[in-house]
Amino acid sequence: MPFERILLRNVDVPNSEKISTYLERGGYQALRKALQEYTPEKLIEIVKASKLRGRGGAGFPAGLKWGFMPKGDVTKYVCVNTDEGEPGTFKDRLLVERDPHQVIEGTIIAAYAVGAHRAFVYIRGEFFMGVKRWIKAIADACDHGFLGKNILGSGFDLDLSVHRGAGAYICGEETAMLNSLEGKRGEPRLKPPFPAQVGLYGQPTLVHNVETLANVPHIILRGPEWYTSIGTEQSTGPKLFCVSGHVKRRGNYELPLGTPLREIIFAHAGGMRDDKPLKAVIPGGASTPVLTKEYLDITMDFESLAKAGSMLGTGAIIVLDESTCMVDVARRLTKFFAHESCGRCTPCRVGTQKLLEILNRIEFGHGQEGDVDLLLSLCEGIAGRTFCPMGDAAVNPTLSTIKHFRDEYEYHIKHKRCLVA
Amino acid sequence: MPEKPSRFRDPTKQSMLLTALYIAQEQYGYLSEEALKRTAARLGLTLNEVYSTASFYTMFRTEPVGKYLLQVCEGLSCFLAGGAETLVDYISRKLNIRPGQTTPDGLFTLQVVQCLASCGTSPTLKVNDELYEDMTPDKVDRLLDQLAGR
Repeated sequence: MPFERILLRNVDVPNSEKISTYLERGGYQALRKALQEYTPEKLIEIVKASKLRGRGGAGFPAGLKWGFMPKGDVTKYVCVNTDEGEPGTFKDRLLVERDPHQVIEGTIIAAYAVGAHRAFVYIRGEFFMGVKRWIKAIADACDHGFLGKNILGSGFDLDLSVHRGAGAYICGEETAMLNSLEGKRGEPRLKPPFPAQVGLYGQPTLVHNVETLANVPHIILRGPEWYTSIGTEQSTGPKLFCVSGHVKRRGNYELPLGTPLREIIFAHAGGMRDDKPLKAVIPGGASTPVLTKEYLDITMDFESLAKAGSMLGTGAIIVLDESTCMVDVARRLTKFFAHESCGRCTPCRVGTQKLLEILNRIEFGHGQEGDVDLLLSLCEGIAGRTFCPMGDAAVNPTLSTIKHFRDEYEYHIKHKRCLVA
Repeated sequence: MPEKPSRFRDPTKQSMLLTALYIAQEQYGYLSEEALKRTAARLGLTLNEVYSTASFYTMFRTEPVGKYLLQVCEGLSCFLAGGAETLVDYISRKLNIRPGQTTPDGLFTLQVVQCLASCGTSPTLKVNDELYEDMTPDKVDRLLDQLAGR
């Protein structure tokens, strides 16, 4: 039986972005239920019981995050992170452009639960259509009494506004996003303190990825027991998997967490393009370590991927067939990280440039003996030595391709050409 | 009728800087020194603060570009799907400019960028703020001719 679409239930309906469509399809009933039937404490309990984990990459339990927000009468904020930019990922854009009200509803419920009266949506600058649709969606939600003063007669107030980013991958890191919201350079802040203590304008702030918040209305409407019946013990609920690369049908597939990788690639994405054998998979976006074909039967959930030495990340599955040069894969991904390094700390700023330089020369037949070890030692000098997790992310393409495909590097260096391509 | 929230009421004026820079960029075509100075004056910030932010983000330009900024994604997924590099070559030859250059009539600038979050529908071409997906040379021909008013 095909999996019932939850997060994507509206996206293919005509005019899915309109509030009238959303209301016709049962929208904003979860908000009504949350405000009328539950206290904020109870909502936090429900989200904890659902075991919802963050969908932006880290997989942190959402209920815990809500619980970390201080109680009482302090100014608090909620920020929605739509700075999707991890290569291979194109799920948030779909949710933002095609079903903004689902995320708005989740945001209002989250704000009510943590006692915030001001929320911000930070949208990647490139998503111009998303920005336009959100401005309209927020105005419509206000007109219907879902935002503004005394929402649905509950006495709860919330303002929500859109901030447009301006092209910086690093602003997907939550503290960098907060700096960007404040009109500053999007450089990450030192953690701790975490945003739940000291966030936007120095106040406690709840930051969530779009997809995480999109889950919230469904959890409230259908209950945590229903939610935990989807997925695995530790990774509950539906997940958007963005499949790209050498498959027949690229696209977003909504499936339970814990769906086998093989099923996603061969049943849903139609199998390998031109029926070439599969060589490797990047399971969760550019920053997650490459897995070889031996891992094809792995289940796509947080714990299985961690055990395999990779990460679920954003659920962006990049599929590579046997004609792919793995040195070139590492080079292309490293080029991205070198471009996007914010420059704040030296290991990342200089290290990624040096990595790229060496990968370039290997790829183009000028590799020197000892280059692979040089790459490895560079990676060691970057990972764990940077201000934010980007340093760790930036070395993953190089480290994981050397780990599994070192022979391709050696062949490039020795023969000045590629083993496969 | 519930009271409408005031949408531009952020705790600090500096929060409006990215928005203000977008407006200035639209008015001036790029963030010239004058544009940056005016933005600073309007928000009560120093030129330093404004330039510091403006120079961080790739979508803010301190140099002029053509009327239509053509951006092609060359991310890994687009490369694997095929067609992205062909698209760059095709536009390059058609307009006789290399990536980073502007046509002599000031109409088109070509840029190669990293990831437009449309890995499922590449090759992708972004023209100013509009995204065009699943591009082919034919579609490019029609689009560019239309933009050039031919």
